[in-house]
Amino acid sequence: MNKIYVRYCTAAVLLASLSLGAQAQTLNSKFDAMLASGFTAQGIAGLDRLKQDPIQALCSDPEVRNTPAAQKILIEEQTKAMAAIKPPTDGQYLGSWKAGEAIAQSGRGATWSDTTKAPNGGGCYNCHQISKQEISYGNIGPSLTGYGKTRGNSEAILTYTWNRINNSKAYNACSNMPRMAHFNLLTEQQIKDVMALLLDPESPVNK
Amino acid sequence: MQKKYAHFLCASLLSLSATSAFAQTTSDEIAKYREMIAEGNPSELYEMAGEELWRQPAGPKQVTLEKCDLGLGPGVVDGAFAQLPRYFKDTDRVQDLESRLMTCMQTLQGIAQADVVNSAFGKGLRKDIEAVVAYVVTHSKDMKINVPATHPKEKEMVALGKKMFFFQGGPMDFSCASCHSASNQRIRLQDLPDLTTQAGAAFGWASWPAYRVSSGEFWTMQRRLNDCFRQQRMPFPIYGSDVTIALSIFMANKGDGGIVQTPGLKR
Repeated sequence: MNKIYVRYCTAAVLLASLSLGAQAQTLNSKFDAMLASGFTAQGIAGLDRLKQDPIQALCSDPEVRNTPAAQKILIEEQTKAMAAIKPPTDGQYLGSWKAGEAIAQSGRGATWSDTTKAPNGGGCYNCHQISKQEISYGNIGPSLTGYGKTRGNSEAILTYTWNRINNSKAYNACSNMPRMAHFNLLTEQQIKDVMALLLDPESPVNK
Repeated sequence: MQKKYAHFLCASLLSLSATSAFAQTTSDEIAKYREMIAEGNPSELYEMAGEELWRQPAGPKQVTLEKCDLGLGPGVVDGAFAQLPRYFKDTDRVQDLESRLMTCMQTLQGIAQADVVNSAFGKGLRKDIEAVVAYVVTHSKDMKINVPATHPKEKEMVALGKKMFFFQGGPMDFSCASCHSASNQRIRLQDLPDLTTQAGAAFGWASWPAYRVSSGEFWTMQRRLNDCFRQQRMPFPIYGSDVTIALSIFMANKGDGGIVQTPGLKR
């Protein structure tokens, strides 16, 4: 009795998962058609922006993203992201905190109403508290006020911070933070300047 | 009449721009501002213009929109917005208010949908639709959002909208969920509703369309979504496309039972 039940049960589960799979497949193909017919290229924002890399594809599905199979791929992607980060070409991690503050303030760049002529901003204050003086800050990311003061600037902190800004996905594949170097959103010099904003003892962040 | 309307609008916008500079600093200031003009949301001006447009013969056929079926029968405006988006048999599509108005303009008035889709927000035919939207949504104010999505095509659009909501892309990896899937989140000082909850979705869905003080314009949901996609660094969403309708019915269905507060008043 028990055996028969188990066999029946397995078949039922298998059937259910198969039919669910077919349903999900139909939905996925309808979704692809909807995407393809839903957008036009405008300015610098081309349709290639809808083509997802593995990180974007897996992080887009809240149900799939925490399954063991997805986690395995995401950890591989983290490793790849980490390996692709380039250290500063001249070995210097810190630029000018003043320039860094301006970059952190600016949220411009990469929209269809922007051009590639003007430098991009980092948009840091959109999501982070940074200098105490700036009261208009977002809270999607953690507060960075006192960042260097509390952490110091050991080699480990320098490289960790550098890596985080270059490609936050190297630590957490589904991090909300944009991959600043991976997608060329900020130049190497701009990243150095933002580094100084966080780590220079003279920066208002650490006062 | 048109002239009088223009004067009224002009004077109101002038007095608005004087105060709007102060309204942008903190949420408190915005709340104060809301109180100040609670007796006269500038959307009323758009609503008045929209009511006129609804009753005015227009297009190649020189017919009014008074027979337009927004889901409750030809010409029924009261409560129509509260039950949108919904499935329409004649077009075999789920439609939001703006795509449905395009259908009516085409079938009743002979205005090609492409002419509306290809114009810009706040201009030409699109400006007319925006005014009619203001008129229609005002007639659902304080009603309950009634978008249970029971029709199979509606259910499917909700599922597609959910996928769109979580879809990451572009050079910043953003999706709608990046900003709208947790409570008490802000970009700078701007509060972001959590659209994955009933309360957040009801607020997000049903406080747009709204008069936007910072730009001095009336923004429909299509325009709101368009600017969200711009800030997500995505390509340009086509006006009235299924992408925009799927997201709309996803929000409306999640917020089902909430209260329609349109037209809203925003920063």
